[in-house]
Amino acid sequence: MSAALILEILIKSAVLIGGLMTAAAYFVLLERRMAAWTQDRIGPSRVGIPLTNWRLWGLGQPLADGAKMMLKEDYTPAHVDRRLYILAPLAILAAAIAVSAVIPFGSVLPPMTIGGEKIGPIHLTVAPGVDVGMIYVFALSSIAVYGVILGGWASNNKYSFIGGLRSSAQLIAYELPMGLGILGVVLAAGSLDLERIMDYQANYGWFALAQPLGFVVFLVAAFAEAARLPFDLPEAEQELIGGYHTEYAGMKLLLFLVAEFLHMIVASFLIVILFFGGWHLPIITGDPDAATVSWFTAIARILVLHAKIFLVIVFFMWVRWSWPRFRFDQLMNLAWKIMLPLGLANFVAIAILYELRKVNDPTESSLAWTVGIIAASWLVFAVAWLATSLSNPLVTDNRPRRDLSAAGVDSQI
Amino acid sequence: MKPDDPNIKWIEEPRLGLAGKMYLPLVADGLTTTFKHLTKSLLGETVTVSYPDEEPKIGNPQIYRGVHRLNKDQAGRVKCVACFLCATACPAHCIDIIAEPSPWPDREKYPQSFSIDELRCIYCGMCEEACPVDAIELTSLYNLTGRSREEMIFDKEKLLSVFDMTKDKEPMQSPALGGTAT
Repeated sequence: MSAALILEILIKSAVLIGGLMTAAAYFVLLERRMAAWTQDRIGPSRVGIPLTNWRLWGLGQPLADGAKMMLKEDYTPAHVDRRLYILAPLAILAAAIAVSAVIPFGSVLPPMTIGGEKIGPIHLTVAPGVDVGMIYVFALSSIAVYGVILGGWASNNKYSFIGGLRSSAQLIAYELPMGLGILGVVLAAGSLDLERIMDYQANYGWFALAQPLGFVVFLVAAFAEAARLPFDLPEAEQELIGGYHTEYAGMKLLLFLVAEFLHMIVASFLIVILFFGGWHLPIITGDPDAATVSWFTAIARILVLHAKIFLVIVFFMWVRWSWPRFRFDQLMNLAWKIMLPLGLANFVAIAILYELRKVNDPTESSLAWTVGIIAASWLVFAVAWLATSLSNPLVTDNRPRRDLSAAGVDSQI
Repeated sequence: MKPDDPNIKWIEEPRLGLAGKMYLPLVADGLTTTFKHLTKSLLGETVTVSYPDEEPKIGNPQIYRGVHRLNKDQAGRVKCVACFLCATACPAHCIDIIAEPSPWPDREKYPQSFSIDELRCIYCGMCEEACPVDAIELTSLYNLTGRSREEMIFDKEKLLSVFDMTKDKEPMQSPALGGTAT
């Protein structure tokens, strides 16, 4: 490995981590403003540049929040398991950052000359060309669960522990539908490499369009994996105070909160890359098969990718105030009785459709087949959705039974 | 509680229709509701205000329960007749009156001193209700601050000055008792 390559990777890591941290801080502000707007309030809009009257719509708020968190006493309660207590936030943050190593934050930069030395096209991924990219993402996002469980266990507190337990059950349950949602994409694109999945979509249409059922299953699972409302049971404030981070304060709490936002950002990256074509937008992002790109195309691709991610994150925040939280049994029912069968249906349908295409259209160039697959998968979506909702609606009737009560049978009254 | 108790009202939950079972229409419903609020707020129609820059609007100042004032009559004298009804009605015991024989022929007593501890007051408005001559009233001044506890005990002069401050904006209530409210 040459020095230039190491330098390139270091620069990319610095840009990525710096960008992610800044983004997380500002998404906290955006989340608070969105919350305020949904509730007809104004929201934090006063902190601007210190010692001046410039308010800048509250853009100084993340700095103030960060300073507040860092200046707080880093208090460790006496009853905790000290080593695990310190390890938990580190594990969750390390996992959240490490996931982003294989996630492309753009396409490629064109070749350039710096100091007389020619530098080839730079892939905007810290670790480009990882063939098992998706598996790596999955493996590391499962490690993030460790942080939550360790935090809940080490805190030695009932609420934290219940939060950790809920989190582990929820994440195990939703790992499956998430995997099934991705399986269709991987099958169609023929690769686990995120960059190649994006290239495929640039040529054959976005997977959100071509595999609507897989998209819905993945979207729901992504919300659950990021522990966002309506699936935020690990830290349901009304029930568990703060869930697994109840006993944390100061910097350690900050690490947990940042990791939570990084999860959401990574989930949005995955949604965009797997289902919305990544950097691809017709016309302005250039020919996806071209060997080299111009500077205009390279920058347009970066902007398109990040605009899409921004929109997905806004959707995450919008959803947060739109629907009530699931009860835990409903959450489990949704995962095992609805999302799992739907994911399987999607997987089988996609496998059959793409195999048929391979047999009848070996060059994969016929437009009729592309359109046909899209139409067929929407049909599958409609039929499967209707079938699950009619056969197994998410209804648990736990009202006291009037007939039993009237008959004098001891019931739940 | 017995199951056949007539006081129990049994309510049947409405059954989910097809749209409810499909879930997606309800999802869209929730998103539409929040989207309406989002756009409304972004257009500036919020219910909160940026307080020090912008004063909140008080719906009806006549019924708002803020800082007290002691009303004056036409001759500029304090209207209070030192009957102690307000001090008796006060659930927080924050009104302290020292009465003296009145120098004026139209009443027996007048308050030599009249003080309200604004920190003890719970702003319930009972004093206003009890007063037979409408001498004590609650104004719509809501931003009451002070640097010490002593400063927050308003004496007669201070309460009369609150009247001078607010009499134009908030006329005295009940014309039957000499008020100027319309």
